[in-house]
Amino acid sequence: MSTTNLETAVGNQPLKRVVIDPVTRVEGHGKVTLLLDEDNRVQQARLHIVEFRGFEKFIQGRPYWEVPIVVQRLCGICPVSHQLAAGKAIDQIVGAQLSPAATKLRRLLHWGQVLQSHALHFFHLASPDLLFGFDSEVQKRNIFGVIAEHPTVALEGVQIRRYGQEIIKAISGKKIHGVVVMPGGMNKAMKPEEVKTLAAGIGEIVGFCVKAVALAKRLYQEHRNRHEAFGRIESPFLGLIGPDGELELYDGGIRVKEADGSRFVDQYPCNDYMHLVREQVKNWSYMKFPYLIDKGPEYGWYRVGPLARLNNCDRITTPLAEAERVGFLAAHQGLPQGALAYHWARMIEALHCAEAIREMLGDPDLMSDDLVRIGERHFEGIGVIEAPRGTLFHHYEVNDEGLVTRANLIVSTTSNNQAMNESIRRVAIDRLNGANLTPELLNEIEVAIRAYDPCLSCATHAVGRMPLVVELEAADGTRVGAISRDEAGTIAIG
Amino acid sequence: MSDTRKITVATCSLAGCFGCHMSFLDIDERIVALVDKVSFGRTPLTDIHTLHACDIGLVEGGLCNDENVHVVRHFRQQCKILVAVGACAINGGVPAMRNRYGLAECLEESYLYGVGVADPQIPSDPELPLLLNQVHPIQDAVKVDYFLTGCPPPAEAFLELLTAVLENRAPQMSYALRHFD
Ligand code: SF4
Repeated sequence: MSTTNLETAVGNQPLKRVVIDPVTRVEGHGKVTLLLDEDNRVQQARLHIVEFRGFEKFIQGRPYWEVPIVVQRLCGICPVSHQLAAGKAIDQIVGAQLSPAATKLRRLLHWGQVLQSHALHFFHLASPDLLFGFDSEVQKRNIFGVIAEHPTVALEGVQIRRYGQEIIKAISGKKIHGVVVMPGGMNKAMKPEEVKTLAAGIGEIVGFCVKAVALAKRLYQEHRNRHEAFGRIESPFLGLIGPDGELELYDGGIRVKEADGSRFVDQYPCNDYMHLVREQVKNWSYMKFPYLIDKGPEYGWYRVGPLARLNNCDRITTPLAEAERVGFLAAHQGLPQGALAYHWARMIEALHCAEAIREMLGDPDLMSDDLVRIGERHFEGIGVIEAPRGTLFHHYEVNDEGLVTRANLIVSTTSNNQAMNESIRRVAIDRLNGANLTPELLNEIEVAIRAYDPCLSCATHAVGRMPLVVELEAADGTRVGAISRDEAGTIAIG
Repeated sequence: MSDTRKITVATCSLAGCFGCHMSFLDIDERIVALVDKVSFGRTPLTDIHTLHACDIGLVEGGLCNDENVHVVRHFRQQCKILVAVGACAINGGVPAMRNRYGLAECLEESYLYGVGVADPQIPSDPELPLLLNQVHPIQDAVKVDYFLTGCPPPAEAFLELLTAVLENRAPQMSYALRHFD
């Protein structure tokens, strides 16, 4: 059965409604609804993003130099990516070509961001499913359970994240929502002692990342058939790419590869993104559905993030991560497509970030005070960056007074919106159809979402959560049953 | 939990960015010692979805829809000490910047008139909670016992708060722990 057929139920047979609310260990408010027929066959499955913040409106009227600092509050997991994407857009407004020192500081800052976010995503949020099993005991299926049963894994994850946060703090002044990106550059350099301390610690972090890749690979390979098929969908992949086809997180042109590996576009200029993608609104979600204009909304949706980047690039510039990339691709026939392949790809990128940080920390430009350049004034700026979870677009227009008149943001999660919906439909078809719906089975839906994103907040432009009660209702709204789970993990059906 | 020396903590993220939760995780490896004394109930970090009576409720984010109001009231009922964590919970924060515009204007900009919007329409499916006209701080809906300032409050502020409750004393927030950014 095609997954897309499950977007909207057809016919007017009475259906039961099942809700997973909230989706846990996913930041931001997502909710999944399923409609089932009388044989418990899934007729409709949707991931709804239920909150709305309105950044695109309220940033209007604010001065452009404020934007990077305000918009990072979209997301506490990847604030640096928002600060930098907005910063790149604002650089265009002041007509700046950045100095080498400012570019290097920004790259280092961003590697720190991707490193810490990947560690958080894998260790704190996803590893409990992978280490204990999707259907393991609810009480231990969390980071505290991992600390208790796999303390070395947990602590190394915590230390990788901490190191990324330390980089961010050294450059931007704070671990979360620091202030450093300014129009045309950066507002401060690093101090020699900061570079020295960080350089002393990076060797160990590279080592932890090597182990993290091995762990992600082992967990995937151990359950190979299941992991490869789980939530598997096929789609094009979109992301930034370096001038020589290398993996690139901070800058570059856009490459889109078809599911079969052929190129749809390459080195597409970021400033023309509005001719490449458009966003469809659907009545049932506050998160929009981007698609490639030439392919149309039905066939043009694509995926972004670690898997997209590894599938798109021709090579990685750092040796350990490059060797892992080659192994990752060799382990698959054709491009890896399964949702859980994201985790393996994510740890390879974490390793790349650690290696890139190690190299950059030897560069004296990090301490240079040639930090800001200004050029000819423009009235529009577009900043595109690879945030941890995928390509992030920031687009601003300003008036003569420097006040924002228009803003458009396409965050990573939004680009994966259709993909997350298709993956949960895949799980619904493969695992839930006709089955007795237990909370363990329903967790599998969440496992699919977590593969893409722990970070729905960016997309909704907000967050919120409720206890898990899965309600079963007849189509006329009468309650036919419920599954609930209390703090002790006891499941009640009835 | 059977261990009576432990205090129980629940957390939630309403109209916030999750940065306050991230800042709590910035206690890094000190979390290992903490879980000896603190057990976590309902929080986005676990799969425990039901909120039961607990000692401390940490609320990140303000109120932007009817569901947020429902959740914060439930937290108030169940938590002995309710803490507003961060600028968003305390005064609405950045999401409250939408208050200078009408809700309709914000929705129209995102879903009708934005750059590259196809099928313009304002999402209105019954599965979506009702948005509030304005974003509110949580004390507009419930009594708050303690405020942790900052955007986000530093990790050490979370530790001091929990330690103070464990030691049955008032928290001592030094100057460095009181951010107003
Ligand atoms: S107070 Fe700051 S860090 Fe906390 S949720 Fe609000 S914006 Fe995020």
